[in-house]
Amino acid sequence: MSAKANPASLSCPVPIEDADRVQLGHGSGGKLSAQLVARHFLPHFDNAALAQLGDASIVSVTAGEVAISTDSFVVQPLEFPGGNIGSLAVHGTLNDVAMMGARAVCLTAGFVLEEGLSVAVLDRVIAEMARASRDAGVPIVAGDTKVVERGKADGLYINTTGLGVVDPNFRPAPARAVPGDVVLVSGPIARHGMAIMAAREGLSFQSAITSDTAHLAPLVDALRASGADVHVLRDPTRGGVASALNEIAAASTVGIEIDEPVLPVPGDVRAACEMLGLDPLYVANEGVMVVFVPAEQAELALRALRAHPLGAESVRIGRVVAAHPRIVALRTALGGTRVVDLLPGDQLPRIC
Amino acid sequence: MKYLSEYRDADIAKRLIGRIKTRATRCWTLMEVCGGQTHTIVRQGLDELLEGSVEMIHGPGCPVCVTPLEQIDKALLIAAKPNVIFTSFGDMLRVPGSDCDLQQVRARGGSVKVVYSPLDALALAQKHPDKEVVFFAVGFETTAPANAMAVFRARQLGVQNFSVLVSHVTVPPAITAILEAPDNRVQGFLAAGHVCAVMGYTEYEPIAAKYKVPIIVTGFEPVDILEGISLAVNQLEERRHEVENQYVRSVRRSGTEPARALVQQVFELANRQWRGIGEIPMSGLRLRDEFAAYDAERKFGVGGLKVTEPAACRAGDVLTGRIKPPQCAAFGTLCTPERPLGAPMVSTEGACSAYYNLAKYRTADPAGAAP
Repeated sequence: MSAKANPASLSCPVPIEDADRVQLGHGSGGKLSAQLVARHFLPHFDNAALAQLGDASIVSVTAGEVAISTDSFVVQPLEFPGGNIGSLAVHGTLNDVAMMGARAVCLTAGFVLEEGLSVAVLDRVIAEMARASRDAGVPIVAGDTKVVERGKADGLYINTTGLGVVDPNFRPAPARAVPGDVVLVSGPIARHGMAIMAAREGLSFQSAITSDTAHLAPLVDALRASGADVHVLRDPTRGGVASALNEIAAASTVGIEIDEPVLPVPGDVRAACEMLGLDPLYVANEGVMVVFVPAEQAELALRALRAHPLGAESVRIGRVVAAHPRIVALRTALGGTRVVDLLPGDQLPRIC
Repeated sequence: MKYLSEYRDADIAKRLIGRIKTRATRCWTLMEVCGGQTHTIVRQGLDELLEGSVEMIHGPGCPVCVTPLEQIDKALLIAAKPNVIFTSFGDMLRVPGSDCDLQQVRARGGSVKVVYSPLDALALAQKHPDKEVVFFAVGFETTAPANAMAVFRARQLGVQNFSVLVSHVTVPPAITAILEAPDNRVQGFLAAGHVCAVMGYTEYEPIAAKYKVPIIVTGFEPVDILEGISLAVNQLEERRHEVENQYVRSVRRSGTEPARALVQQVFELANRQWRGIGEIPMSGLRLRDEFAAYDAERKFGVGGLKVTEPAACRAGDVLTGRIKPPQCAAFGTLCTPERPLGAPMVSTEGACSAYYNLAKYRTADPAGAAP
């Protein structure tokens, strides 16, 4: 910094170096903005494409089709057991790209910060985001930051867009389920949603449940390497396993049957769901996927999934049938049947 | 988990189903009174497994289902007021009032929060002394003690910005009303275990004797419910009609005295409207005059509101077992889970919603056979 006074510094006596809260000025495009980017974002998101700080970043992709996915993250609380909004924003979008069988190349990130957000929280979010991106081997090559007035946002929103290269030999799609397929799930379900519920203010409820937020591409790669003919991959995020299966049943015009006794719901998650009157089948996941493969390849796919730590608890939960197209039916432990429909809206806790 | 896992044991449950089917010489019609039991029956598919031996009618025991339109409209009016934080159990948020529901009030700027306990609502009132916090006190005798406690504590703590919109109902008058109906089909009842945990079951003894119906105090897990059904079928086959307690691990004949005392201190019996059924004399609870300061109806001047229920909705006939949901002309046309006309279509295990899903499942399979 120059010792010579300039008009801007005379009119702005705020000690901008030490801001511990995000200010509107951080989104002004002026010095504060530049400082925020230079001090808080760039050191974490260190890559050649971003370092150019051009109006757009240039990346190379191999010829062929690309998969693009975008997602906005508005989770509250911003930090929760098992991760924070930063890791979630990376995993969520990368997983969507991975579910198409594509190999992710890069990510972009847009931030909407609320005036007054703790800079310490922002730093932790950015650090987690950078760690998730490094671990995935997918750089964040472009970004944007805006600041809105206090009350106009809920702390911090992040939008991420992921770009991946499609693998012509591995093209799972929601419309490819056929009768005879089996349905696998790659791990315990309902952890993310219940971790968020437990961490949310206003619930006098404590638990040790952690979010399952994780990058699923390594598991997808394991399936790819196994040679299994994977028909459908889906990460059952919002709306949980029940909604994901309903979407697949509709897209493929098939019926799906799942077996309640084998659904992998951890004991503490099940207890929390019961206490709060929620159905784990509709609770969000951020680190598991459902996999549809032909029945004769079920063991092959399961072996591949279980060989990876993320998929160690993979199990078969059901099958695709020609009967009752577009409907997901659940077989209860007693042999009864129940239709698992899409919910009309949010899952609401029951009184009785 | 002791007292839980053994009541979910599939083998025990299957044995009970076999026993009921062997014992029943005809198809008996039973009603479970509590929404919690309906939940288990629908989720486990118990009614399907008992087909031919027992027909279960899902009774008026879901507080969401029986809360009258009038009370919902009062809730909507109060929740829309600018200085109010309106709190409720979650599933009341989707229950349609005359022109919207609590979720829509929230979307229009009202402050509506889901709480799990009325004491959480009271805590909210202490945290926001500049706001009026209102709790929607619905439910049967089960939720009454906690709701009474919230009002009692509010007075004890001198919290003045807290009030409750009371829509409490009690089970025995509803059972009596169903049995009094000339076209009643119900031959035996599963009484709600948690209601009896509070109130005991002496009130049911004269009902069983007068109307000659078995009443079984029953728990909520699959094995509980199947045991309850089995006891009822035994009585019917033996032409007995007694009150029996299946739920002995939670219920004593005299109930839980301190909880009853608190309910009696805060509430008094009153006539109450039931959605779709109409008014049942002395079937509800209202705040006693000494707690009038905590009565949201008086505080917000909505007590006089009168609303007529939509004629197309036959929820009352469904809840009392007079018709099955598909026999209602609005079923699946005017009334669907996305646009529910009446409350039994709202919650996933409401009788209408359960039938709606089952119908979809069966019609989707042209062979009609579940694989």
